[in-house]
Amino acid sequence: MDAKDILGIPKSFPASQEKKARPQKEPQRKPDGISREVYALTGGMAPLMPTIEVSHLKRKAVADKEKITWQWLPFTNSARRDSLQLYHWVRVVNGVPPTGDYQFAKYNKSVDIVKYTDEEYEKYLTDPMWTKEETDQLFDMCERFDLRFIVIADRFPSPRAVEELKNRYYSVSRALLITRAPSAADVAGHPLVKEPYSMTHEMERKRALSAVLSRTKQQELRDSEILSEAKRIMESRKASKGVESADLLDDHNDIEMTEKVTHTDSPSPSSNMQPTSTAAPSAPLTECATTPASLRMLRVYLRTHVLDQMVQAASSNAGPRTIKRVEQTLSDLGVHIKPKVPTKAVCAEHLELRKEILTLFNLQKQVHTQNSNFQYFAIVLLAICLDKSVPLCTIFLQKKCNAYIRSVV
Amino acid sequence: MLGIQKIQLSRKPPPLSGQPKRLKDVELGFPIVYGTISFWLGKKASEYNSHKWTVYVRGATNEDLSVIVKRVVFQLHPSFNNPTRIVESPPFEVSETGWGEFEIAISLFFHSDVCDKQLDLYHQLKLYPEEESGPQSTKKPVVVETYDEVVFSEPSEAFFLRVQNHPAAIIPRLPAGLNLPPPGPPEPVLEKKRGDTKDHPLGQWFMNFSEADELLKLAAARQQVQAHVVKLRRQLSMVDAFPLQSKPSSLQ
Repeated sequence: MDAKDILGIPKSFPASQEKKARPQKEPQRKPDGISREVYALTGGMAPLMPTIEVSHLKRKAVADKEKITWQWLPFTNSARRDSLQLYHWVRVVNGVPPTGDYQFAKYNKSVDIVKYTDEEYEKYLTDPMWTKEETDQLFDMCERFDLRFIVIADRFPSPRAVEELKNRYYSVSRALLITRAPSAADVAGHPLVKEPYSMTHEMERKRALSAVLSRTKQQELRDSEILSEAKRIMESRKASKGVESADLLDDHNDIEMTEKVTHTDSPSPSSNMQPTSTAAPSAPLTECATTPASLRMLRVYLRTHVLDQMVQAASSNAGPRTIKRVEQTLSDLGVHIKPKVPTKAVCAEHLELRKEILTLFNLQKQVHTQNSNFQYFAIVLLAICLDKSVPLCTIFLQKKCNAYIRSVV
Repeated sequence: MLGIQKIQLSRKPPPLSGQPKRLKDVELGFPIVYGTISFWLGKKASEYNSHKWTVYVRGATNEDLSVIVKRVVFQLHPSFNNPTRIVESPPFEVSETGWGEFEIAISLFFHSDVCDKQLDLYHQLKLYPEEESGPQSTKKPVVVETYDEVVFSEPSEAFFLRVQNHPAAIIPRLPAGLNLPPPGPPEPVLEKKRGDTKDHPLGQWFMNFSEADELLKLAAARQQVQAHVVKLRRQLSMVDAFPLQSKPSSLQ
């Protein structure tokens, strides 16, 4: 029993088991074609399952009735236009030679090159870069060489780049396709329309590719060294960032939050009387703009309580180091860390100032990150440019860095 | 977590008709000053009584606070005789002599129509001047005052009407659609009870708390910070095309 039996799948045994099957038929006698030793290994035991399909045996019986001969016969190839007659050996069954076309003729594929009339050319296909004669010639050669543009470019009488030839051929084909279609929608899905040939893109692609392929071994070695060095720098930076990542993340949140707040109207005299029942803990914005609901519940509280809570809410995402720096900045600016006259207006201003300082810190961090990023890429670029060859992957970087240098200088 | 609870709390059923009507989304502020003034006794100073000091709560502009405050309880250091001092009428102050500095707890109790909850303030008694302000003198006291504002949220209508013309109160603009009955006749002043502290014997030592100065300072500081922010933003935006920042800028 095996898996196939359990699943009820019909058996089809590989040919290798056929040998085992033979002893089953005539267990008493050692069949021909099997050595005595191998037969002994089976122990003369009958296999549990029949190992040869019945249908297979039947087919063989039919085949036995066929009388196959091989004959040297003439044939013609429909793929040829010269109707040349050649001879080959043919398998003849029961004296009847096979009919029909030469079996390999179907592989003679040819491209359907569109044809245009003079009228169509005048109407849709004129191009200042191409004469009608040249275009005719191109289409003739396209047909003759089955769009093998490399060959066409080689044979073309005027010196044209492969991309130019392709561009002309595809644009003419596309224009004809569109003008002959009953509506634009009918041909919208056609590859010629859907993915039009772009000559400039193709030329840039080949240029970049050849730049990569024509690098010397040393250059390649140098590049991989630079890239691994870059990876190392990135990783070390990532590791050092991990230490203060919490702070960084926090400040980022702060900024987003304070940004939102600064975009709303500055608190009007009555703003902290707006209901805060909608202020969920996940919406610190509302929490900051109005008196915290927790205090309003008390019915009576001090203005400084409100400020303390709002300061806390505004800096709840900042690490203790950041909070300390904010307070240091406040005293550097000659502002009390806690306002001496905490009126409503003073508290609002004080809170805004703290948020702006947080924004400032975040921007400083961003500028710092950007500068160090730039320095690192500048080093990589310099190394590559000194090599006098710019590999594909850095062409893009170079452009961006040039833009950066221009903006900084 | 806490916030959610609080929000749910605020959704309690509306007050019964028997309870005083409350003004939603209105808050009344009362600027107050609390602190201590302490005089060194000089030659008269003894080991345990080197200073005479007064702790007090006053209106920030010396207006009468008894319009809201019914009683002030000063909790002194337990070494004093009868350390819990209850003051039922203005001026709300306690004078003592002593030698040590400690924290005084000041509890404000309000009139029943104002608020049934108390408000606790804490003040650190200061007897000895900072070193940079020169040696102790009997002439110049050590004054430490704190400005703050007592805020009543959702005051009762009766309370609002009673104090809306009082000089000690900061009356907000009422939210639109809130109609109040016109103020009744002014409270008859039965006796000329002077609750304010305008002629207070220690009045010359009271500090002035100028909101304008504070706002000016804050505005200057904000301007400075904003200038920096603008500068950094410009620097960042100039190289915004540079796509290799580790963090995409969320600010632009």
